[in-house]
Amino acid sequence: MTGLDGRERAKRKPAMTNFIAHATEYLPLLLHGVWLTVMITLLALCLATALGLVWALLRTSEIRSLAVPTRLLVDFVRGIPLLVVLFYIYFVAPEIGINLTALQAGTIGLGLAHSCYLGETFRAGIEAVDKGQVEAAKSIGMKRALMMRRVVLPQAVKIILPPYANNMIMLLKDSSLVSVISVQELTMQGKMLASSTFDNMTVFTLVALLYLCLTVPLNLFMRRVESYLGAAG
Amino acid sequence: MITFDDVHKSFGAHEVLKGINAEIAKGQVVCLIGPSGSGKSTLLRCVNGLETYQRGRISIDGTVVDAASPQVHAICTRVSMVFQRFNLFPHRTALENVMEGPLYVLKENRNQVRDRAMALLNRVGLADKTNAYPASLSGGQQQRVAIARALAMRPQAILFDEPTSALDPETVGEVLQVMRALADENMTMLVVTHEIQFAREVSDSVLFLDGGRIVEQGPAKELLRHPKHERTRDFLHRVMHPV
Ligand SMILES: Nc1ncnc2c1ncn2[C@@H]1O[C@H](COP(=O)(O)OP(=O)(O)OP(=O)(O)O)[C@@H](O)[C@H]1O
Ligand SMILES: [Mg+2]
Repeated sequence: MTGLDGRERAKRKPAMTNFIAHATEYLPLLLHGVWLTVMITLLALCLATALGLVWALLRTSEIRSLAVPTRLLVDFVRGIPLLVVLFYIYFVAPEIGINLTALQAGTIGLGLAHSCYLGETFRAGIEAVDKGQVEAAKSIGMKRALMMRRVVLPQAVKIILPPYANNMIMLLKDSSLVSVISVQELTMQGKMLASSTFDNMTVFTLVALLYLCLTVPLNLFMRRVESYLGAAG
Repeated sequence: MITFDDVHKSFGAHEVLKGINAEIAKGQVVCLIGPSGSGKSTLLRCVNGLETYQRGRISIDGTVVDAASPQVHAICTRVSMVFQRFNLFPHRTALENVMEGPLYVLKENRNQVRDRAMALLNRVGLADKTNAYPASLSGGQQQRVAIARALAMRPQAILFDEPTSALDPETVGEVLQVMRALADENMTMLVVTHEIQFAREVSDSVLFLDGGRIVEQGPAKELLRHPKHERTRDFLHRVMHPV
């Protein structure tokens, strides 16, 4: 028992120093991947937020010819695995004459898919605002656009924010999927590095840690914003 | 000024208003009384286009109210509404609540709007609460802000839907006082209320609504003192002697 423990300890110590030595060697390459991951995430988030808001406003519209097709589109995209959405945009778009780089296809695919998840989050938030607010807005003659901007959305933000933050972190993690269409973001960089060095343990540990470095602060930041909004009444 | 001409309204198969005929003249205060579920709120909401109606006609100064038409927003700027649960915008201060309509709907000059909003808050006795958020105001104060917000639109008439029903008893008076002052200034008002004493003292006439029909209408003092119909008598008895 003690012998085995000793051997374990002996093995672990050089492994730790090894890890640090190798990590410093791999880090620059992986950081390049981090940069791309952050970029894709931010661009896709902008796209998803803008489109998501559009879907939500259309779906809560009283005009059925807008609400129904939007609902179908959202349900349709939500029913397809993200990986398939990415393949679809990357491989099928060129066949109908739209040429996209892997990066463009990945960003659009991620943004589109998440716009549908976010659209539902936004819609739920909009619908959770007290109906009395809508009536009060109407009773002073507000039209829908003004009412949304001045009355409903400012109140919906507080309801939407926690699930929005959640979605943001999901989006960041989902960005690893664009590696399948050869975008060299963090996961892809890790995979390439691991297959050239055979140092799976170090590389993927690093990759995981780097993702955590992105998601944990994001989480903390969002919690701050939430408690700030909560305190603002 | 507000004319109801054989107004019918249903929710699905459930007919809530079964042919309402009434006329509210300019400067009149009319109280609408009746049991719960008789359609009082629905009638009020039809006047400013929050609900559509199926048959008949509601007109304001000759303009027909049609919730389905794009002009319904214009109607809302001519007839304001005060709600049972105040419905102030919680993310805006008292002053901002009052300024919202004139500033963003009527697109008036900000400084003038601010001055007028201040004056209105002063008029409802809340000059010292301009920067307070609704959550920090009592029910009575919130309702007075709501009245100021309604007045800010310079309405030709104000609709009140049980404005004191959600208030603590000791704050009912301050809201009724503001309403009484409005009545004295000849504001046209249609008020759904269970405050019989207010109805008797302030209103010119009373409509008694039951089961979607106006069962009895007439001058306030006469109708409330000597109701002609059995159902009006019953209802008034129950309201004034709850136990
Ligand atoms: N949006 C709606 N959909 C379906 N039915 C409704 C709707 N609004 C009201 N009703 C029904 O219409 C009837 C009249 O409602 P209304 O709110 O006008 O009554 P009320 O006289 O104001 O009652 P209360 O004194 O309780 O406020 C009720 O039976 C109610 O259930
Ligand atoms: Mg009612």
